[in-house]
Amino acid sequence: MADHIDWVPLAIFIFFFILVSVMGFFAARWKSGPVSASAHLDEWGLGGRRFGTWITWFLVGGDFYTAYTVIAVPALVYAVGAFGFFALPYTIIVYPFVFAVMPVLWKVAHANGYVTAADVVHGTYNSRGLELAVAITGMVATMPYIALQLIGMGVVIKAMGLTGELPIVAAFIILALYTYSSGLRAPALIAFVKDIMIYIVVLVAVVVVPAKLGGYGAVFAAANDAFTEKGGATGLILQPSQMLGYATLALGSALAAFMYPHTLTGIFASKSADTIRKNAILLPAYTLLLGLIALLGYMAHAANITVSSPNDVVPLLFKALFPPWFAGFAFSAIAIGALVPAAVMSIGAANLFTRNVWKSYLDPGISHAGEASVAKIASLVVKLGALAFTLFLPTQYAIDLQLLGGLWILQTFPALVFGLFTRWFRAEGLLLGWAVGIIWGSWTAWSNALKPLATIELGGASHSFYVGLGALILNVVVAAIATIVAARIAPDRCSVVEPL
Amino acid sequence: MWILLLLPFIGLLWVPFYNFLEPALFGFPFFYWYQLAWVPISSLLIWLVYRRLPPDEAA
Repeated sequence: MADHIDWVPLAIFIFFFILVSVMGFFAARWKSGPVSASAHLDEWGLGGRRFGTWITWFLVGGDFYTAYTVIAVPALVYAVGAFGFFALPYTIIVYPFVFAVMPVLWKVAHANGYVTAADVVHGTYNSRGLELAVAITGMVATMPYIALQLIGMGVVIKAMGLTGELPIVAAFIILALYTYSSGLRAPALIAFVKDIMIYIVVLVAVVVVPAKLGGYGAVFAAANDAFTEKGGATGLILQPSQMLGYATLALGSALAAFMYPHTLTGIFASKSADTIRKNAILLPAYTLLLGLIALLGYMAHAANITVSSPNDVVPLLFKALFPPWFAGFAFSAIAIGALVPAAVMSIGAANLFTRNVWKSYLDPGISHAGEASVAKIASLVVKLGALAFTLFLPTQYAIDLQLLGGLWILQTFPALVFGLFTRWFRAEGLLLGWAVGIIWGSWTAWSNALKPLATIELGGASHSFYVGLGALILNVVVAAIATIVAARIAPDRCSVVEPL
Repeated sequence: MWILLLLPFIGLLWVPFYNFLEPALFGFPFFYWYQLAWVPISSLLIWLVYRRLPPDEAA
């Protein structure tokens, strides 16, 4: 990578960074009602629950399709080809699921004033143990995800010739300060800028880059040549042994996606159930974008980009094919793209800590204003933790832990989703299922050198599948058996709150 | 109508349906344009289900 500073892109980057920082601080007053952000957690942590269709579209789009995605998906596609595209079916099938389930979840949360997934679980099952399991899983899964946003930001800052940790630290402190003062309104407002910038960058790239490289046919042909030379489990289409892994990764990731605190925060902050339904129809626009972003990995082959680290594929491609000012604009879009999810993730984790640890165990009588101030401080701690993570631990740890985080968060699915539709499962069973899913999944991933896929032998053939989905199936089976056993031992459910 | 929501799952999770290079479209091998085509199709299917929903009093 270049060790001199590229002043044109850097100046553009600094301009946009200052712009969004000012917006972040002013966001506190945006769409605010009579209650100030520090008076109620609904205001700080959910933006007053007043976000309509368009704000939710930008917020969830900006928060679900993260900066790290823009760096990592093309990097994977560059390295392995077709298999890296699992992100595409994943981010398509997630929306029928969102449409069917999330409005129901929103209604329960809205009617009872719930702020987090763990609130919903506690309200449904009246089980502190299950509530704590969901809350801790959410917080632990979020931390490495925030760290990855920092890493994505670091990749583009490095591409502009800035070395050292100082730029990242400075950017993150500013982010922490405006999130502290404005809460969810800051990323919601900044998401408008970030998403429009990313749309411009990608639409320009998918028209201009193939034109420079001889069309999409040439792009795919160049990628095919690279994979033929490379060999192994790469190629423009999947090898038969990869198909099950591809499908299970897509399904498992889709089921996990809206279990994360940051995506659920976007759901809970919506104005109505209808807002969420309309977003399930409109959000796939971002998926189209993601599919095109993934193709940047093939364009890098066509442009003869060679990298030492796959994460440098996108920055190097932009530097090679675009004038410095547009590369600077693209890098700014990616770096700002890291700020939105990092802010929402820290808010989501802070809401969990405040509602399901602090309030449940330390201060049950806490006031609304007290909740808001605990959450504001918790968001700072979460971000500092993620920053320390990036500064002091190898990048690979964050990637590995984020992968495990996806597996863990998927294990909260039965506790959160099943209760919306049936009261058959018992809290004890769900808690046991959660524990078995997490332990089996972590152990299996660990013993496979932290690869997302595990292999089983069936009928003489071996099948590779996504560990997280396997763990979820085990989780549900254990929860069902334990529910039956618990019902035999103690037919009367103690202290069960009726669902809506 | 809700059954329409299952179609994207079937169309995308049964990989042998679409794991081919040919026929290509605008230079995109089948594997790629088939999956990209499911993006607008899924939106359309969700919209069809949405249109038939009864008015939501909680909305």
